[in-house]
Amino acid sequence: MIRLDASAPVTEPFPTPSTAPSPPAPAGGPSPDLRGAEAAPTRAIEMRALCAWYGSHQVLHTVDLDITAHRVCALIGPSGCGKSTLLRWMNRMNDTIASARASGSLNLHGLELLDPTLDVVDLRRRVGMVFQKPNPFPKSIFENVAFGPRLHRSYGRTDLEELVEQSLRASALWDEVKDRLHHSALGLSGGQQQRLCIARAIAVDPEVLLMDEPCSALDPRSTASIEELIRELRETYTIVIVTHNMQQASRVSDTTAFFDEGRLVETGATDILFTAPRERRTEDYVSGRFG
Amino acid sequence: MTIGHTIPIARRLRHDRLMLAACLAATTLAIAVLSALLISIFVQGFSSLDWHFLSSFASRKAANAGILAPLMGSLWVCTICGMVAIPVGIATAIYLEEYARRSRLRSLIQLNISNLSGVPSIVYGILALAAFGRCFGAISSDDPWTLGSPDSVFFVQFPFGRSVLAGGLTLALVILPIMIIAAQEALRAVPVSLRQAALALGSTKWQVVWKVTLPSALPTMMTGAILSMSRAIGEAAPLLVIGGVLLLFSVPDNLMSDFTVLPLQIYNWAGRPQDDFHRIAAAAIIVQLVLLLGFNSVAIVIRQKLQRPLQS
Repeated sequence: MIRLDASAPVTEPFPTPSTAPSPPAPAGGPSPDLRGAEAAPTRAIEMRALCAWYGSHQVLHTVDLDITAHRVCALIGPSGCGKSTLLRWMNRMNDTIASARASGSLNLHGLELLDPTLDVVDLRRRVGMVFQKPNPFPKSIFENVAFGPRLHRSYGRTDLEELVEQSLRASALWDEVKDRLHHSALGLSGGQQQRLCIARAIAVDPEVLLMDEPCSALDPRSTASIEELIRELRETYTIVIVTHNMQQASRVSDTTAFFDEGRLVETGATDILFTAPRERRTEDYVSGRFG
Repeated sequence: MTIGHTIPIARRLRHDRLMLAACLAATTLAIAVLSALLISIFVQGFSSLDWHFLSSFASRKAANAGILAPLMGSLWVCTICGMVAIPVGIATAIYLEEYARRSRLRSLIQLNISNLSGVPSIVYGILALAAFGRCFGAISSDDPWTLGSPDSVFFVQFPFGRSVLAGGLTLALVILPIMIIAAQEALRAVPVSLRQAALALGSTKWQVVWKVTLPSALPTMMTGAILSMSRAIGEAAPLLVIGGVLLLFSVPDNLMSDFTVLPLQIYNWAGRPQDDFHRIAAAAIIVQLVLLLGFNSVAIVIRQKLQRPLQS
């Protein structure tokens, strides 16, 4: 365990009382993708006594949470409960905020993410992120998808074209844009732009995809297509999604974690958490009585 | 139930019309003054404007006088100035906006840059005379250090003395604060979401700057470059201090050549009592305006190229 801040309150890591029951193996047997073929579900991300601050304001209090590989984990909770902060520590985007700091342990496949000496550039290649508002670069569709891969390697033209096509197919956008790859990405609809952002994120072949309310700026039809995409992508990637939409969480996620006032209130299999929550606060929130 | 009282719509519309009229009046005034100035200059100077005027050196007789030396001098000085001030200004802005942490030192630098843009340009002339012209007295001008041969365009001597290089660097100092501030504004206008998108894909800071921030900010930076260059091309005072020559019978052929510039020549001619000289001063002003348009069109072309929208 690494403590960035010695004065921070660090409790002993205790076994999370409400760890997700091991989810069933993906339907249809092992996926042809190598990473999907792992025998037992493994933990991709482990958090122990994770605390986070902006300045002197503590936004996360001793969070213990495990995120299973190749599953969709939804983080839900009222605004300001710390779920986006948690997401932003998983790829260290909080580094861009000078007052942000954290203590405890946040572990990705054995790699300590809170280590101040961590190579965040490599981390962000392994942990992709999709933002709340679609943010394509003011470049062509092709250039948007090719942006990430080109940062890390040099590609031949045909290899790059193939990679772009694969990524666009994986994000279910290929058929809509294959005839205008070299047109501006800003000419796409909001939903298409968001799927382009997903294609851009998966083009660098990450292990984890973080999604920060990816549908909040989209209309219902675009939302449905993104949700369908998320369900397909979990075969290949571990997905952590922050959402304000209860129905969305119940539709797309395998496990759900409910946060309130910076504390993890309850976590478990999504269907159980939504139908038979153990905590009163969870029940109030998922049934729409507050938040 | 309602709070406050309704403002009658007629009053609001009247107010609306009044403000429109005020803005129109201000615009008309500005354009009227500018056109009066331009028209009087064209009326005075247009008849003196011919090839002989452009291709001859100065003369004691207004009829024989030309502006070859100051025209070429202005070209040299402004090219040097632009090639130094624009890249240095952009690089400084990138450091301050993208790299420097929000510290007291940064605020101090920022405050100084803002103040420097208001310093009278003649002060820069004095500084430049000490720094470039004399190397703070560290090297004697009787025994200069030389780099390269006098036949080469890039011949350099320390100290620079009253050379075209010293003139260009002096103007670069004058416009640097303006260029830095304009470039900073351009960088600030780039949405944070684009920087975040690039960072989240695993870009280094420099990759974010080079591939995302700078391309988005460059068109606006070019507008800043236009404003800065317009300032540089019209400066006379600091060049007078650094040693721009008032009467010169040669054009620069390397960085160490003597020089004069159009504003100096205009100042010289306009100050003489004879009407003939006033006419060729007006002609020189027209040439100066054309030169200014030429420099600015380079920046405009760059801006248009960068802004060219992709088909959507």
